[in-house]
Amino acid sequence: MEILKGKSVFNGVAIGKILFLKKETGKIKRVKVENTTAEADRFELARQKAIEQLGELYEKALAEVGETSAMIFQVHQMMLEDQDYIDSIKNIIQTQKVNAEYAVGVTGDNFTKMFLNMDDDYMKERAADVKDITERIIRVFNNEDNKIETDEPVIIAAEDLAPSETIQLDKSKILSFITRKGSINSHTVILARSMNIPAIICIGDELKEEYDGKSAIIDGFTGTIYIDPDAKVKEEMLNKKKQEEERKALLLDFKGKENITKDGQKINIYANIGNSSDIGEVLKNDAGGIGLFRSEFLYLEKNTFPTEEEQFNVYKYVAESMAGKKVIIRTMDIGADKQIDYFNLPKEENPAMGYRAIRICLTQKDIFKTQLSAIYRASSYGNISIMFPMIISVEEVKEIKDIIKEVKKELNEIGIKYNQDIELGIMIETPAAVMISDLLAKEVDFFSIGTNDLTQYTIAIDRQNSKLDKFYDPHHLAILRMIQMVTENAHKNGIWVGICGELASDITLTEMFLKMGIDELSVASNLVLELRRKVRETDVEILKSLASQSVPSYL
Amino acid sequence: MKKFEYVIKDKLGIHARPAGIIVKEATKFSSSIIMQKGEKSIDAKKIFALMSLGVKNADSISITCEGEDEEAARDSMENILNTNL
Repeated sequence: MEILKGKSVFNGVAIGKILFLKKETGKIKRVKVENTTAEADRFELARQKAIEQLGELYEKALAEVGETSAMIFQVHQMMLEDQDYIDSIKNIIQTQKVNAEYAVGVTGDNFTKMFLNMDDDYMKERAADVKDITERIIRVFNNEDNKIETDEPVIIAAEDLAPSETIQLDKSKILSFITRKGSINSHTVILARSMNIPAIICIGDELKEEYDGKSAIIDGFTGTIYIDPDAKVKEEMLNKKKQEEERKALLLDFKGKENITKDGQKINIYANIGNSSDIGEVLKNDAGGIGLFRSEFLYLEKNTFPTEEEQFNVYKYVAESMAGKKVIIRTMDIGADKQIDYFNLPKEENPAMGYRAIRICLTQKDIFKTQLSAIYRASSYGNISIMFPMIISVEEVKEIKDIIKEVKKELNEIGIKYNQDIELGIMIETPAAVMISDLLAKEVDFFSIGTNDLTQYTIAIDRQNSKLDKFYDPHHLAILRMIQMVTENAHKNGIWVGICGELASDITLTEMFLKMGIDELSVASNLVLELRRKVRETDVEILKSLASQSVPSYL
Repeated sequence: MKKFEYVIKDKLGIHARPAGIIVKEATKFSSSIIMQKGEKSIDAKKIFALMSLGVKNADSISITCEGEDEEAARDSMENILNTNL
């Protein structure tokens, strides 16, 4: 038995065989050929087939992860269509009278060297793309498939997983991810969380390729990997797995129950969704409503602006499916890390602080009005609220309200019915909004604190940068004080306040939020019941008597 | 012949994705589209050549379009550079 350690990014226990995703192909043999024309034709066929495969991957990626990540497959296609690349291969076949595989391999090596010799770290990484296309053609020659060839589910081991690789994986065959590299915000982590499976990253070179095919146990609670586990560990882990399953089953007991503390304080627990297809999970986990409907997906999925009709149908479907429960639609938050080609957004030095979200909406008002009109039309079919992202000033809110007036007027003119008094709220996700929350509270019906962006802007840390992981403190006192301040200002002005960022699902903070009097927490669907249990186990009165439990005041 | 200059604002320069976008756009035109950086010039319809040019942040490049649709090609390349780089 061997034991490896890494950084756990999702809890759980997985037991199964390891499948190491290897990238290198076998050795390519040099074979003399007489008929070089036939050999060149063989290459041409393989090349076409590889281009075809990449086209399919592009379509799949486009649907699953969006244009930006899918683009890499088009780049690979272009490489295979590059005249210099094709000429080099055909030239080697003809002049050296060798097999196509060998010519592809040599050309691949030459182009790889070209990138490796560049004095630019980023371009050096492009050598990997050349390797990737070379391997793709070789696989076509060998009739090999890149899919996971296994009947039983496996533990996927890899150097790291790029979106372009995970897109090819059959999700039903994956028990766990373990990788040598990675950061807490990498694609692997996001995927593992969405799939609810244990994942361990940053294992380092200890994770050897020779483990391929071996039995292993992944303990996502402690970040431990047992290779060829002995009987004792096996039993221990089977128990842990059983307990985890029982815990999950136990949570089902909380379905249909109220979100109420022992001393009678109530809180709403809603779910975040990023697509209308997430509704099933929301209902299954008994969320009280949708606290954050990220409307961006409507834009990300398309190659052109979604029409009012298309948007209306989606909002209507969600509102109807929730059958009278609250659905808070956040108007589109495009820009920053969510780029869309057809928006033709200019390149920015600092996109997180750039032209995004409400700033686009208040500049390109047509886009905004189309979305608002679709939402207002859908409001007759359920309980819809609207909230606006990235607000920094009272003037912005006033301008939004003026635009809403115009939208309403236009709907009146064509005689369409809608809810006249849709609740309007704003995201509190900039330090500016926190500091003027007393003034903003007079303008809106509710606040929703977006802790992810708020944290990034407040502690000045880019979460995509793994080097900063050790400086990143999600419980930074600055953030907790801000939440308290926003809550107090909301309540003083008679409006409700919720949290829809990642902190909302942080069980270690639930007691504090209850004590502050937060009215709503919006979390991923699969965390709703866990949070409900935590709320039902809490006694706020007792907590209040314990001075040590409060946030040190900012006054 | 239509020619213009451009200074790269993107931090990473012409990396894989924008190179793909440039090639995709350039191949739509029948005109020849040549990108020049310093002494070196390449065919903007070829992705390897474009990537090997190693265009980085703050580099100045010039684009020359020549052919029947050179005007449209120039406008389109200018637009692509402005939006992506």
